[in-house]
Amino acid sequence: MTLDLKAYENGNRPTWCPGCGDYAVLKVIQRALLELGIAPEDVVLVSGIGCSGKISHYFGGYGVHTTHGRVLPVAQGIAAARPDIAVIAAGGDGDGYGIGVGHLVHAVRRNLPLTYVVMDNGVYGNTKGQTSPTSPTGYRSSTSPHGNADEPVHPLRLAWSAGATFIGQGFSGDIRHLVELLKQAVSHPGFALVNVFSPCVVFNKTHDYAFYRRSVFYQETPARSSAELIQLLETHPFPLGVLWRTDRPAAARLETGPADAVPSDCMRRWLRGTLG
Amino acid sequence: MLEQLSWKVGGQQGEGVESTGETFAVALNRQGYYVYSFRHFSSRIKGGHSNDKVRVSLKQYRAITDHTDVLLAFDQESIDLNVGEVREGGIVIADEKFNPKAPDHVRLFVVPLTKIAEECGSAIMKNMVSLGASACVLGLPINIFAEVVEERFRRKGQKIVDQNMLAIQRGFEYVKELGGALPEFALKPADGTRRLFMMGNDAIALGAVAAGARVMPAYPITPASDVMESLIRKFPKVGGVVVQTEDEIAAINMAIGAAYGGARAMTATSGPGLSLMMEAIGLAGMTETPVVIVDTQRGGPSTGLPTKQEQSDLLAALFGTHGEIPKIVLNPATTEECFYMMGDAFNLAEKYQCPVIVMTDLQLSLSKQTTEPLDLSKVQIDRGYLASEADLLPAPQTEEFKRYKVTESGISPRVFPGTKGGIHKVTGVEHLESGRPNETSRNRKIQMEKRMRKLRGVEIPNSVVRTGDADADVVIIGIGSNVGAIAEAAERLRSEGLKVGHAHVHAILPFPKHQLEAAIGSAKKVLVVENNATGQLRHLMSFFGVQHESVDSLLKYDGGPFLPSEIYQHVKGMF
Repeated sequence: MTLDLKAYENGNRPTWCPGCGDYAVLKVIQRALLELGIAPEDVVLVSGIGCSGKISHYFGGYGVHTTHGRVLPVAQGIAAARPDIAVIAAGGDGDGYGIGVGHLVHAVRRNLPLTYVVMDNGVYGNTKGQTSPTSPTGYRSSTSPHGNADEPVHPLRLAWSAGATFIGQGFSGDIRHLVELLKQAVSHPGFALVNVFSPCVVFNKTHDYAFYRRSVFYQETPARSSAELIQLLETHPFPLGVLWRTDRPAAARLETGPADAVPSDCMRRWLRGTLG
Repeated sequence: MLEQLSWKVGGQQGEGVESTGETFAVALNRQGYYVYSFRHFSSRIKGGHSNDKVRVSLKQYRAITDHTDVLLAFDQESIDLNVGEVREGGIVIADEKFNPKAPDHVRLFVVPLTKIAEECGSAIMKNMVSLGASACVLGLPINIFAEVVEERFRRKGQKIVDQNMLAIQRGFEYVKELGGALPEFALKPADGTRRLFMMGNDAIALGAVAAGARVMPAYPITPASDVMESLIRKFPKVGGVVVQTEDEIAAINMAIGAAYGGARAMTATSGPGLSLMMEAIGLAGMTETPVVIVDTQRGGPSTGLPTKQEQSDLLAALFGTHGEIPKIVLNPATTEECFYMMGDAFNLAEKYQCPVIVMTDLQLSLSKQTTEPLDLSKVQIDRGYLASEADLLPAPQTEEFKRYKVTESGISPRVFPGTKGGIHKVTGVEHLESGRPNETSRNRKIQMEKRMRKLRGVEIPNSVVRTGDADADVVIIGIGSNVGAIAEAAERLRSEGLKVGHAHVHAILPFPKHQLEAAIGSAKKVLVVENNATGQLRHLMSFFGVQHESVDSLLKYDGGPFLPSEIYQHVKGMF
């Protein structure tokens, strides 16, 4: 049976606000999978908590909606147990760079094959616009009425310093570019971070579509060295594309698949080994 | 001749106390004796007093004794801290090096352990000299150590093996010349039966492999780490994988992911880790994901007593997660049970599609003990209600598979990713049969009741094991590793003509109310023995409606395991 886009939808209408960047991300994931020919039953979309976390409910493949900040541990558990399944983790900047940022560093180090799409809108949208880990310094909200005093998290640099093998960045306002980016990420044999500028049109009035259209910079090829990457990020705060790509072995995964396992000869040997 | 004795070795942590105790214990286990050992240690690698107490007997005891017959001391501190428990006329063997002093009630043998070791090749062999000295006192031939020494040092060459055996021999001869071959300390020979010798954590790891567990994400913590370290070596041989995570939150969530993917997945931790896992245990309950969590209890709260015995996580295991979920909590008491209960844990987790916590305590997890043969054929894998071909939806799938289908039992069909016609949603949000979020009152009631129905009215068979007098006046209720101390106390009381029963609890959730009531029967008094300060098991009994007019608690929360005499004295005072 030939696949069409419908196979990746499930008829459940998103409850995102009109104009939300997350619509585009959902569409991009669906298209990328279709173009890669990965059947919906062979994908698990794992999501976190927040507006972006609802994405798994609108997806036509398998979906797991986890607790706040724990997208990556759950996604890695699936990836470790099921090498035959494509795992896409998705969440927001609060989920991934705030409460769950510790997991990001270690997921990057472990390098289990999965794609992590972060819908970065620089704001806690689902709880009505509080300052988030990627809100710029000076950003005003109900939780930073005098302007955000903290330095924002720089997710790409963070991932690079932890040893990332794939770092990409996209924009909800450029679907075609994002589809190509995501296809490369899903095909990557290790952990792929894809940060997506996904505007919150209700609460974040500074980082809207117009702002990103003005600010983004299309980087055609990944940086060839660490120095080049750092220089790129210094020169262009909002670069789009595959920015970094290396090879490194992934952590061990289940070899047997989730089959019923029976006590083996090993078992008998180990028991003999405890004969004191 | 003695039918049992207690031997203890003490010294500074890191100077071979553990290996001396281990060599002694293994050698005697191989002679067919029953051996039960308990390590006293601190949360540091080098320095600080530590000791290893080994009980050797012709029948099985699963408790350490009040007294010590033979104390082996590598420093004066070991004598000062432990000589009080050495019985009248007991033996202290000490290194001449520190000019040892001991009180009059013991017999002190001063042996140049370090000097003899140096003459044999190296000062580090002083533990071997001390083993030879011990053998002489106990009337044991030194060749009982030959096999263990050979195995331990073979890789270092025959010369090292010979030097170590020489050190044992010289220690033996030295004590013999001091007149240390004492007939009253001679151990009655054992029958030579070869039995397993392991700690609870070894049994848990073996049980997990046998049960088909293949994914274990975990974070190191005392006293649980051995489970992880053991499975890191074993899982790759059977295609499984251990992931060392960044914290316990990641560990449990990763296990949930792996279990959702279809693997049998588990993690192991202790109290602090269990606290961190609570939110995710709720996720497992809400998403009906079968996952097994081993909690090796240690002294709490907070960092508490990381290397000491306690049973103070019972209430946390039952009530620690916010909201309400069905959950199962198992409480093995022996190494054999640790092994078999891992099989039960996975089967129950998959049958009822809920988290299962297997609770040990430090004494059970770390005490090496003679273990009866483990019968692999008794471990059957039952994966519960998995969707059959007929349950799956036809292609093209236009609606979600009803993963949370409302059924009479509350148990719904499970399907793993990669299955055509089984696509559904999983979420920690309240949801419909399809897994789609839904917060209406009507659906909330339907799904909450469906989940809670799974374990309603269920009592796991043999949650309470009753021994002793059927018409007991006093029934002692215990849990976990206290099984041995209680059994021994009850035996002594019965030998004095008192009517005593012992009810041991092997699962606290679902709470075995009816089994406990039957175990108490018409006893006049009930004593609940547990290692915590507030009587958690006793509180659970009243919470779940086990009624009795005279229930008393015997509590110990100083970090040490119960001694049989402590229970004996208390119960005696109840008559």
